[in-house]
Amino acid sequence: MADMFDLAYDWLNTDPLGQAAYILIKIVAILIPLLLSVAYLTYAERKVIAAMQLRKGPNVVGPFGLLQPIADAVKLLFKETILPSGANRIVFLMAPMLTFILAMIGWAVIPFDAGLVLADINVGILYLFAISSLGVYGVIMAGWASNSKYPFLGALRSAAQMVSYEVSMGFVIITVLLLVGSLNLSDIVMAQQGDYGIFSWFWLPMLPMFVIFFISVLAETNRSPFDLPEGESELVAGFFVEYSSMTFALFFLGEYANMILMSAMTSILFLGGWLPPVDIAPFTWIPGPFWLIAKICVVLFFFLWVRATFPRYRYDQLMRLGWKVFLPFSLFWVVLTAGVLVAFDWVPHT
Amino acid sequence: MIIQALAFYLFAAVTVAAGVMVVSARNPVHSVLFLILAFFNSAGLFVLMGAEFLAMILVVVYVGAVAVLFLFVVMMLDINFVRMREGFLQYLPLGGMIGLILLVELVMVGGAWIVSPAAETAALHPAAPAGELHNTRALGGVIYTDYIYLFQAAGLILLVAMIGAIVLTLRQREGVRRQSISRQTSRTRAESVEIKQVPSRSGV
Repeated sequence: MADMFDLAYDWLNTDPLGQAAYILIKIVAILIPLLLSVAYLTYAERKVIAAMQLRKGPNVVGPFGLLQPIADAVKLLFKETILPSGANRIVFLMAPMLTFILAMIGWAVIPFDAGLVLADINVGILYLFAISSLGVYGVIMAGWASNSKYPFLGALRSAAQMVSYEVSMGFVIITVLLLVGSLNLSDIVMAQQGDYGIFSWFWLPMLPMFVIFFISVLAETNRSPFDLPEGESELVAGFFVEYSSMTFALFFLGEYANMILMSAMTSILFLGGWLPPVDIAPFTWIPGPFWLIAKICVVLFFFLWVRATFPRYRYDQLMRLGWKVFLPFSLFWVVLTAGVLVAFDWVPHT
Repeated sequence: MIIQALAFYLFAAVTVAAGVMVVSARNPVHSVLFLILAFFNSAGLFVLMGAEFLAMILVVVYVGAVAVLFLFVVMMLDINFVRMREGFLQYLPLGGMIGLILLVELVMVGGAWIVSPAAETAALHPAAPAGELHNTRALGGVIYTDYIYLFQAAGLILLVAMIGAIVLTLRQREGVRRQSISRQTSRTRAESVEIKQVPSRSGV
């Protein structure tokens, strides 16, 4: 038995085919828990919002309604995929796939623990930023290819919204990079390790940026109160009006996977990634990935909380907030951070 | 090594094919989508060359922002595809000649390429020895020290272009009701609400 393990270990580490297989195993090990958590995020969303609105939420399928996401998935699978006759077929079908794929590939650079990362690249944070800025294509392509009014309006709104909020998100990332001196996500987490545990993470010194980043993430993932691209009350369901069955399910999965990815990004940039909140015994026994997951859950809870609390923004207010409030303020904060770092000679030299 | 070679041929072939499709696609939206594909594969080529920072910036700036606005505009154009093709043969000689001249110029430039002595010395003393620094840091070191004036000039040109675009499109319209957030939030209860005692059976 031990020989077999040794053989397998050798094959996975030395043989080129084995290495490829090893990478595939790692990808599967990330994606399957991710898809499961997407399913249960929808369940959590319904339960949390129900609790906030004094309802019960899903409670019929299985104990506590725990099988509800599976029932939903099966229902969507068995429905008919409808292609509108005026639609541009190839682009119409590519849009949901693109959304889903983009939500998945961002996870390649997320570090779950020291050294526990699929691709430890030097420009990890830029990669994440690039992937998240591509999310808009799924929406635009869907809206255009549907060849219908509401989806098109939704797509136009989404394009303007995502481009606007990306700018301030970029500046927030720059302030964090100034403190770290590296674009590698593992370095960003390690830079937050300090004597004060939770208080040496970047959320405290960068508190205004943390707030701006969280709000920009809401806008970037099209979550309420910035869910104008799909605003049910005026655009029916926005860019995916014409989608049904699995094509719709892919959009849905993509949106929720994006939420989890963005929560992971927030946790890594501001909440110390896999680091325990207090650096003493009972907390350090718990392995890093659990801390990261716990932090992701906390951020996700904020997503749901915001959704249950705030009304939708009006479009001009959304643009004003992005361009006239966040952009000048984050620009000012970049200059301030850089000035303070240089004045006190705190510039990191890694 | 063989995987790198294969990846290079894949990225290069897709880039060229997508580039051809950009000019030959009938639908302008498809053209923009192929342009995005070409950008993407160029980013792949940058990664193969070890220029990972440039690759990511290419994706963030060109694919994530510029091409989105391109697509935004092109989607809203109402183009008659039949009329667009009409004058194709008529303009073919002129267009072909311009293309030929450009090609000859490119060949001449490429053939008579002389590297300036300054560039040669710069190449002999690269800013960052390869392998010691990440290319993000190396690039930053060069741009913000040796080439700071050129960098600032590029920024100024962009600023002027931006001001020009704003001046061209800015117009003050009469009779538009605008929301003034500061006025709205500085209103107090005392100045906006008035309580009146209405005597019954007489109205306000």
